Amino acid sequence: MTSMIPPAFIFIIGALAVPLFRGKAQSAYLLTLPVLGFINLFMLPAGASVEVEFLNYTLTLIKTDRLSLLFAYIFHITAFITVIYSMCMKNNLEYMAGLLYSGSALGVIFAGDLLSLFFFWEMMTVGSVFLIWARGTDKSIRAGFRYALFHFVGGLLLLAGIIIHVQTGGPLEFGFMGLNGVASYLIFFGFGVNCAWPFFHTWLSDAYPEATIAGTVYLSAFTTKTAVYVLARSFPGTEMLIWIGAAMAAFPIFYAVIENDMRRVLAYSLINQVGFMVVGVGIGTEMAINGAAAHAFTDVIFKGLLFMSMGAVMYRTGKINATDLGGLYKTMPLTAIFCIIGAASISAFPLFSAFVSKTMVMSAAAREHYSWVWLILLFASAGVFHHAGIKIPFFAFFGHDSGLRPKEAPLNMLIAMGISAFMCIFIGTFPGPLYSILPYPVEYEPYTTAHVVAQLQLLGFSALAFALLMLAGIYPAEKRAVNLDADLIYRKGADSFNWFNENVIACIWAWFAKLFFDRIPNWFIWFGKNPAGVAKIGLDYIEIVFASGKNVPKIRERIEREKKIYPGDIIQRWPIGSTVTWVTVFLLVYLLFYFF
Amino acid sequence: MSEEMKKECKIFDDPKNVKRFRIGFYIVCGLLLLPDLFIHKHGDYHWEEWPAFHAAYGFVACVVLVLVAKYILRPIVERKEDYYD
Repeated sequence: MTSMIPPAFIFIIGALAVPLFRGKAQSAYLLTLPVLGFINLFMLPAGASVEVEFLNYTLTLIKTDRLSLLFAYIFHITAFITVIYSMCMKNNLEYMAGLLYSGSALGVIFAGDLLSLFFFWEMMTVGSVFLIWARGTDKSIRAGFRYALFHFVGGLLLLAGIIIHVQTGGPLEFGFMGLNGVASYLIFFGFGVNCAWPFFHTWLSDAYPEATIAGTVYLSAFTTKTAVYVLARSFPGTEMLIWIGAAMAAFPIFYAVIENDMRRVLAYSLINQVGFMVVGVGIGTEMAINGAAAHAFTDVIFKGLLFMSMGAVMYRTGKINATDLGGLYKTMPLTAIFCIIGAASISAFPLFSAFVSKTMVMSAAAREHYSWVWLILLFASAGVFHHAGIKIPFFAFFGHDSGLRPKEAPLNMLIAMGISAFMCIFIGTFPGPLYSILPYPVEYEPYTTAHVVAQLQLLGFSALAFALLMLAGIYPAEKRAVNLDADLIYRKGADSFNWFNENVIACIWAWFAKLFFDRIPNWFIWFGKNPAGVAKIGLDYIEIVFASGKNVPKIRERIEREKKIYPGDIIQRWPIGSTVTWVTVFLLVYLLFYFF
Repeated sequence: MSEEMKKECKIFDDPKNVKRFRIGFYIVCGLLLLPDLFIHKHGDYHWEEWPAFHAAYGFVACVVLVLVAKYILRPIVERKEDYYD
């Protein structure tokens, strides 16, 4: 039996019905949707199907292959886990936005043409921004607007690229593109915005920590991973991506070390992990694409787990800054254990999930002889353990005792974290099932003695560095502070723009307004009161130019007098007799002309 | 509330336990270097075969990371919490 239901529709239409249910029925309904979606996945036909005619174009709503199915599986799993996690929130807006967001991400994954891809791409922005606004704080509302503006600009780049691409005879079908010409660059950078490339990454580190507790878990899964997916489909093997990815893997860890907000630390480490995937896509060999896809799969789970554990801390304590936390293992031991499992997974400890995926990207880089990239990635691997693997659990659950004694996380959160933690360990220990669904056949053995020893040494001595720096008091103390990032350009830039408007542009405008709406009209009014008088004054001025020196003061005096009595009668009246004489003279001249 | 207090796990409140944990950790780090003496590592690069390459790289990487973040990045980018408000 084959299904013709686009997976996106189950979630998007399902989202609309959320307010119809309450209490337990609503929870059951929410859980049913990802399950139904998952069953639907297995019944989808291979290749392109569900084609719709729209304005002379053929839109393909379902196009399945191994790559799209892999992302669809993990998106369904994470939607299911996040629904469980969010059950205690009792916030319809959050539920609906989460489902709309997951659904549109699935729409992008299965889009077979550029138009429907763009449609779902924008819908993803709409769904995700409500997850930020649902928090309801002033900060989150402002961050949401910045987030939305950033993504709409990225969306416009994408749309412009698609229009140029199609108008210059390119196919509407979404497939391999490669960098050639303006259209492909616009699409490339449009994708890059969602992928959080350096300088385009600030929407992520700015807005994710401001979203709702469950919202951040949703957000961490979809936007960047769909971007990795579309890049893997349309720009595999683009060398620029290797360097972009290496930069993404390296620079955020410096910020993560000095950041105080734990969810912002995780946001930076999210960029760092996506960097590995982007490098994989850039290398573009079968092994590298496999590594990128596998790492996207494992990352969605362990990053979700880390965000869930920090969300649970925030839910129970209302605090998220490292300066306010510490010693929580005493009353939240299960959350602490789940957090440590997530931390071990992101750090690629042997037997944990990233060990079987991240190392694949690194081996692919080594095989293609990108030595510098390999060294950067190794640095990033040590760094991620340092800031996400140790810093997150240490400052939240151990470190100094904050005196907080919150209750353990609610049961639904523990279940969600438990499922994720189980998957992290299962995939790390038995990578076979994951490898069997990767886009290409896998010829990679993660568990060689050399790999395991090398990785353990790397992590062990990174931890040793942390411990010694901590004991020596060199490790930077957590501080309440804002760290400037590239968002300075538009956050302060907007202020400068306003200042420029208010001071420079407004001054110029005021001058023009005075000239055209005040001075010139008033002059005309003045002129209109007695044009002949104005002409007389004008003539007097001309007379000054030609008059001899001694007459000038006299004429000036006259002008002053004329101005003073203006618009009164300043024309000297002549007797009627002289007027009649002038008329007679004029007629005489006329007569003479007439005859001769 | 009292029941909650009873449940509290206080294993790291005792400085002795913290010390034991730390010593255990140092021993593990030392043990991790041992295999390099006995096995020949086949890495993608020749430098991976140097003894304790990964250990040294991880240690140096993290020290550099922390020093750069603390002494170079933080002075440049740190602002008061209400900077954008």
